Amino acid sequence: MLTHAGHEVTVMDLKSSAFGRLGPDFKGTTILGNGIDQEVLKRAGIERADAFVAATQGDNRNIMASQVAKHIFGVKRVVTRIYDPLRSDTFAALGLQAISPTIIGANSFYEELTGEPAPAVPV
Amino acid sequence: MYAIIAGGGKVGFFLARELIEQGQEVLIIEQNSERAEFIANELGNVVLRGNADEASTLAEAGAERADVVVAVTGDDEDNLVLLQVAKRRFGTRRTIARINDPRNENLFRLLGIDATVNATQVMLSVLEQEIPQANLVPLLRLRNTDIEVVEAIVDSKSRVTGIPLRDLDLPPESTVAVIIRNSSAFFPNGATVLEPGDEVIAFTRSVHEPRLRALFFTDR
Repeated sequence: MLTHAGHEVTVMDLKSSAFGRLGPDFKGTTILGNGIDQEVLKRAGIERADAFVAATQGDNRNIMASQVAKHIFGVKRVVTRIYDPLRSDTFAALGLQAISPTIIGANSFYEELTGEPAPAVPV
Repeated sequence: MYAIIAGGGKVGFFLARELIEQGQEVLIIEQNSERAEFIANELGNVVLRGNADEASTLAEAGAERADVVVAVTGDDEDNLVLLQVAKRRFGTRRTIARINDPRNENLFRLLGIDATVNATQVMLSVLEQEIPQANLVPLLRLRNTDIEVVEAIVDSKSRVTGIPLRDLDLPPESTVAVIIRNSSAFFPNGATVLEPGDEVIAFTRSVHEPRLRALFFTDR
């Protein structure tokens, strides 16, 4: 979506097989490596990045990568996927822009089932 | 003292054993059930099986009344996250992390983790102390400051020998704190004269370290 919208995108992953899913038309760059490793992030050009997204399968990996981007490299927009609502809540309070697919999913189900907007539930 | 230890690997296990021997209250959080069972057999009822980075596990462990939470898993991201949760959510006063990749030390400090232990760094500083060299050996940096504690071994060619400390051209904000001579340590005063073979322990600001080094290791 971002490359289609004309943004420059670099995708990082530990496994090169993950890049296959980007398809042959992907216009961005791919970097093999660990997203919490500051050297790898530099190679990916984080020092001139306007935004950083952490969306690996691991909450903690995402949180740490985002904190590296934000606090070490001063990236302006950092968005983090955090599955665990409790953790998501904690790190939102610490200033991370956290997206919890768990909460979004649960809300959608609630709304489909009841036809009413999902209530905010304290975590 | 009540200490929660996140991670029941070798470091966590032996740390817990020592603390228990000292009569402290300890709880290990270990994720792997076989390992948790092993620890329970060895050390008694001091294990909680669970994921220490989940807030609910920390709550169950009594993080709110813990004096210290120590994170010693093999993954820096887990240690970093669980200690931040302990600190922010449960108000843990003191958080201590094992760091596996030395490059992460900065980030941990920046994010408010109170103390870090990094095996690579420890090895390195021990090695540096073992290797005789004409250089300042950094012993430690006072936490959250730029004050360094350094050691220098004075040799016969050094220009700091033979003159009283008060006449040395020490950089500003630097002080010679302790001298070890013939295996005994003493606190010097302005009249103390350095001799070849003296081990000098000095305090200085990081910015002045090069000047201190130059003073001690420029030959006469």
